[in-house]
Amino acid sequence: MIDIIIMIFCTVGALAILLAAIGVLRMPDVYMRLSVTTKAATMGIGLLLVGAAFHFSDVGVTSRVIAIIFFTTVTAPVSAYLIVRAAYFIKAELWQHSIVDELNGMYDKKSHILSSTDLPDERASHRTDDGEEIEEVK
Amino acid sequence: MDLEIYLLYVILPILSLSGLLVFIRFLKGPSIADRVISLDLLIIIGLGTIAISSILANQATYLDVAMVVALIGFLSTVAFSYYLEKRQRND
Repeated sequence: MIDIIIMIFCTVGALAILLAAIGVLRMPDVYMRLSVTTKAATMGIGLLLVGAAFHFSDVGVTSRVIAIIFFTTVTAPVSAYLIVRAAYFIKAELWQHSIVDELNGMYDKKSHILSSTDLPDERASHRTDDGEEIEEVK
Repeated sequence: MDLEIYLLYVILPILSLSGLLVFIRFLKGPSIADRVISLDLLIIIGLGTIAISSILANQATYLDVAMVVALIGFLSTVAFSYYLEKRQRND
């Protein structure tokens, strides 16, 4: 009985990781690849570790597995946010069919501080500047 | 079906196939952020392999290794993103 539970958990986890790998290979854009990585792979590794916890069925192993799952679940969004912020600053390209880039011109170029939303005039001027620059590059 | 045979002949090949697919993206990746993302996913696949092999070898000690690898993966991603942003700022 417990073997069947372990098989189900490991199969679903491995398929989630396989879907994450296919998504990383096939998605057209850095940002879409990152969303695939954080969600599907975190779920897959959690299910594989739950399978290991069912196999040992011990208090120490189960608490260790819960610690690992908690750690990966907490740190995956943090690392995803940091790397996508760095990718935005090094100007990773959007997909060509993407409709809107809402962050365009919102970051200060030197200090990398997100401009606050209660300064409409300054934000509008930044946005027009960036629009002109992008058109020149194209 | 025996659990060990199932893990050895079905689950581990799925994990290694996904590792191969991620490694293709690691080699192709147009920007350096793609490479950091695929490296992160490779570390996560390694975590899954460690969990499966702890079941196969019946050794609970392998899960300690998994915990350390998870820590190192998070720290490496944070360090990579920090230096990517800092390099762009210096240019």
